Amino acid sequence: MYIIGERINGMFKDVRKAIKKLDKAPIQDLARAQAEAGAQALDINVGPASDDPVKALMWLVETVREVSNATLAIDNPKWEVQKEVIPRVPGKTIINSAKADEGTLDNFVRLAVENDASLVGLTIDQKGVPSDVDKRVELGALIAAKAAENGLPMDHVFIDPIILPVNVSPMTPGNVLLALQQLKLLSDPAPHLVLGLSNVSQGCNERNLINRTYLTMAVSAGMDAAILDPLDTELMNAGIATELLQQKAIYCDSFLDAYRMKVRAT
Amino acid sequence: MKAKDTAQRWSAAINTVTIGGGARKSVTIGGAKCIPWMSYEGDIGNRPAVGIEIWDAGADAWAEEIRKQYGKVTSDPVAWAKRAAELKPDLLSLRLMGTHPDTTNRSPADAAAVVKAVLGAVDLPLIVWGCGVSDKDNVVLPKCSEAASGQNCLFGSATEKNYRTIVAACLADGHKLIAESPLDINIAKQVNILAHDAGFALENIVIFPTTAAMGYGFEYVYSIMERARLAGLGGDPLLKQPILCDAGIEAWRAKEAQAPDDALPNAGPAAERGPLWETLTAVNYLQAGADLIILRHPKAVMAVKEAIGRLHSGAASIA
Repeated sequence: MYIIGERINGMFKDVRKAIKKLDKAPIQDLARAQAEAGAQALDINVGPASDDPVKALMWLVETVREVSNATLAIDNPKWEVQKEVIPRVPGKTIINSAKADEGTLDNFVRLAVENDASLVGLTIDQKGVPSDVDKRVELGALIAAKAAENGLPMDHVFIDPIILPVNVSPMTPGNVLLALQQLKLLSDPAPHLVLGLSNVSQGCNERNLINRTYLTMAVSAGMDAAILDPLDTELMNAGIATELLQQKAIYCDSFLDAYRMKVRAT
Repeated sequence: MKAKDTAQRWSAAINTVTIGGGARKSVTIGGAKCIPWMSYEGDIGNRPAVGIEIWDAGADAWAEEIRKQYGKVTSDPVAWAKRAAELKPDLLSLRLMGTHPDTTNRSPADAAAVVKAVLGAVDLPLIVWGCGVSDKDNVVLPKCSEAASGQNCLFGSATEKNYRTIVAACLADGHKLIAESPLDINIAKQVNILAHDAGFALENIVIFPTTAAMGYGFEYVYSIMERARLAGLGGDPLLKQPILCDAGIEAWRAKEAQAPDDALPNAGPAAERGPLWETLTAVNYLQAGADLIILRHPKAVMAVKEAIGRLHSGAASIA
């Protein structure tokens, strides 16, 4: 599974504080720790911490790049921000994210093609997050079609069918699983399927338990990437065990260590 | 219309392992970036190597047909090594059966002297095996490793239950290591991770999933080698090691190989049947990804070398 570490996000107090003080150490510690824990990519999100998101994002990018060559997922919904930041990031990038909006999606896809970046496409249109399965699949198909039209390879496309907190929207976790199963069949090769996993438990009790249970369900339904907290060891272990049970790895007694060794090697 | 490109793409290469070197000849195995011989999918890597097996003692138990080929030298490992070297193998495989507690029970010092003498007599890279009794190997192999220090031999074998001593010896004296796992791919990974955790580089390991002769579980080993190779090419660092195949010893356990003419009257002459059984066992494993094959009978050595040459140049010509 492709893990995008979620921790460098201004929504977290420690990160917000570091961004405000331009204190590199906590950011770099998080970058190293997440990579060590199995993240192949690092999400970079300034959250509400700055009035100048481009400047703050670039500071985060430069800070992380001093210690890590991991792919960076530049997390900001605004076109004006993405078009400024993506071309300036050294190394591999993911544009996170674009909505499945006929009017604006092309721009994001082209930005990805021009910069050899990957793109997270959300199944959200102007009407917002769909409440049903079919609309999610329809918007996913639109993202895949736009990517194909503009020459963005499918392995650079991540479709996110949008998970909502189970306490607010109890139907959504089930609907997203059904959507994942169908999105997987969109094309051959299939696009990556990703979720911002922690959102499923936002505002809930026993968040870690809900996250890891839903991770195993989503991976079983076809999700092959996730934005999550790789420092949650039990969560990562659940994901590793799920992939083992899907025959994506060969068992050995030290299968947890073996998986982490493989991630570090690639 | 252009034909669809059906070539598979592999994300990783099998490790290369070099045995010998310096003043001694060397051989490098592994390096494939595709499944065996599929040169249109990637680099097929180094030519599989052929080793000839010799014993320090106890070869009187070997099949008559093989002993006929070597004559008296099988009672003298140095003379045997020289004779085997004339057959131009890539390396020799010395099994220290004389140290077995149930037979001559030779001492670690005696075994080390044999290793040293063989290394002095031939300039080929050397594989050194213990007798297979863990407690004895744990005292014999460190001495042999020390005696061969700097010669970059391949030592066998580390197993899931017994690896620390041999790993430490190989680390100290600069040798490569055989990681053995009896017919079990899960254990193949586990032995590697254990050796790795004990400080041994995965790049210096050759995996030995044990070998079965044709007709005696061959398909089982073949499928394990296949799975290991596919996982290795897919990037699993614990299965990216070159694979050793001990074809000679296993093929000659088969009655089809060793039975005299009067015991199997309709199966062809023993003089042909034995080497053929050994050759076919080995050649079939070449298709599963064997990188290093150990053989006994000179005819099998010639035939397998020829088969490797044909497969290698044939594959190279369609790359």
